[in-house]
Parts: sequence; structure tokens; C-alpha cells
Amino acid sequence: MNERDVLLQLALQFLTVSLLAIGGAAAVIPEIHRGVVETHQWMSSQEFANLFALAQAAPGPNVLVVTVIGWRVAGLAGALVATGAMTIPAFGLAYFAARFRQRWHMLDWYKRLERGAAPVTIGLIASAGCLLTLAVAQESWMSYAITAGMAAVIALTRLNPLIFLGVAAGLGLLGLV
Amino acid sequence: MMSTITASEPLIAADDLAPPPTLLQLFIGFGTIGLYGFGGVLPWARWMLVEKQRWLAPAEFIDLLSLCQFLPGANIVNLSTCVGVRFHGFRGALVCFIGLMAAPVAIVLLLVMLYDAYGHLPAIESAFKGVSSAAAGLILGMAIKIGWPYRKNLRVMVFAATAIVAVVFFKIPLIWVLAALLPTSMLAAWVSRS
Repeated sequence: MNERDVLLQLALQFLTVSLLAIGGAAAVIPEIHRGVVETHQWMSSQEFANLFALAQAAPGPNVLVVTVIGWRVAGLAGALVATGAMTIPAFGLAYFAARFRQRWHMLDWYKRLERGAAPVTIGLIASAGCLLTLAVAQESWMSYAITAGMAAVIALTRLNPLIFLGVAAGLGLLGLV
Repeated sequence: MMSTITASEPLIAADDLAPPPTLLQLFIGFGTIGLYGFGGVLPWARWMLVEKQRWLAPAEFIDLLSLCQFLPGANIVNLSTCVGVRFHGFRGALVCFIGLMAAPVAIVLLLVMLYDAYGHLPAIESAFKGVSSAAAGLILGMAIKIGWPYRKNLRVMVFAATAIVAVVFFKIPLIWVLAALLPTSMLAAWVSRS
């Protein structure tokens, strides 16, 4: 398959994903995983989890995970195409929505519908967590323990997660994971 | 555009707000938000726009944010666009969007290049296994945090669990999951209220 076809597939993949991202970027991680690992087989599940971790370790919006996936699949052009496909349609929609904000009388109505969407968003984000956990752990108990510890820190405290990413890296360096 | 006033605006006196930002100020503001943003950019966006710079009244921030959360795509990208439009129309939207994305994209590309160069070393590989385990926990923790207030709500738990089973175990494409669960979940929410 030539490079242009790959770029086209990247663009289509992330264009679709961005329009389905009703609960923010985290909720579409499972769908990105399905497309990238299973449908297109661009990388292994483990590699996907590593790239996700890389994007989390960098500052910036969560959508950056598509930048690194694009890079892995097709270099700099891939990174730019994936990032553009993921963000530019959203930018366009938001632009028009903001322009017509004052006429957006349906917003209250949508707020009521949002109450119905919340459970699905929660389920999708939890799914993303499960998929990533399984992708990394590969039967390592230490890996499960780190995942559980981090989940507890995020759920129960307001501490900066960067510190704990550092601790996890240290445990890995010591060969404990 | 500003002639139709949103419900939120009278809540804060005009002199509590800073003068409207210039394009350059918007660029720097969103550039900073992008660089601070770790583990979710939204809290930083609120701090920058409402508390530090006082460009938006708290209620207008909520107003814009609910519009952005309703739209598909990354909420923070939508928010940068909406804030840009609010002050400088299309040019403002473009400036905020690029300000938000440019530096983080460059940084993450630099990181991935380093990873490509050194990621195969055994020590780096095992360090990465640790970081990736923690990053998975980050997302799980986020799901728990959002879901916790609903833990005794059977309706919410049933729909969330159905989504997990469909996505993780049956690997059903998101579009079908949404097509099946969104309408039923909304209907259930609607019925349970009355």
C-alpha cells in the first residue's frame, strides 16, 4: 500500500472518531484502539498503550495521542494528518456553534439529553482504562498494582499525577514491572 | 453578535472583567493553557480565562463550556474556538486554536522521536512499562471519579456496564454502541425523572 493511501486511511479514521467524540477524547480511545490495532493492524496493543502513555506524559490536550499514532504510522505527514483530521472538523463545528450561540435555544433541551448520555460516556472512559490496562500488563502483577494505585490516586486525591508517573517509571527502571 | 445578551452576563459587573484581550494576548493565553495542561486541560483553562486574566465571567465560562461539551471533538479545542470567536471572530478562533495546539504538538513529537531512538534499550523499555501501567490507571481513575456520584444509581451503572461489555469484550464499533445506547439511555433518563 502506498503512502498516500495510508494518509487517507489515517484521515478517515480520525475524522470519523472526532465526530463520534461526544464525551471528549478519552471516550474514543477504545474506538481508536479498535481501528489502529485491530482493523488496520498498524501496531500491537502494547505499542498502542506505550504511545498513549507518551502522550499523557507530555503537556497538552488528550487528543495528542492521535499525533503520536499518526507519527508511528506515517511519520511527520502522518502526525499532521491525524492531528488535523481529529481537530479541524471540531474546530469548524465549534466555530459555527459559537457564531450562532445566541440562537442556540435548544441548549436547555440538550442539557436534559446530556443526562442520558453521561452513563455511556462513563462506560466508554472505563472501557479505555480496561483496554489499556490489559494491553500493558501482559500478566505482570506489578503492572496491575501500578495501574490500581494510580487509579486510586486519581479517584481519591487531587495530587499531581506527574509525580506518580515518575514513580512508575522508576519502578520500571529498577526492573520491578 | 453581542446585542443578544446571554442569561449569564448580568451576573457580574462589567468592571470586574479585564478589557477584551488582543489577538496576541489570546495566543499567549491559550499557548500557556496548552503547556500547563497535564491530565486534563480544562481546569487550567478555567483558571486562566476566569481567574487569572478575567476575560470571562464565571457564568459565561460555564455557558461556553456547556456548548463545547455538547459538540463532538475534544472539549478544549472547542472551547479555544468559542473563546476566540467571542472576542475576535474567525481570526480569534484560529489564533486560540493554533496557540493551544502548536507547542504541545511540537513537544509530543520531540518525545516520540526520543522514544524511537532510545525506546528499544531494555532499561527504557521497562521504565515505559511502568509509565504505561500508570497511564492506564490515570484513565481508570478518571472513570471512577466521574462515575462515583452515580454509584447507587442503577440506571447509570447498567448503561455504563453495558457500554464496557460491548466495547471491551465484544469489541463492537463505537458507532453501533452509540446508536444503541444513547437513545435508550436518554429515554431511561427521561422516564426516570418524571
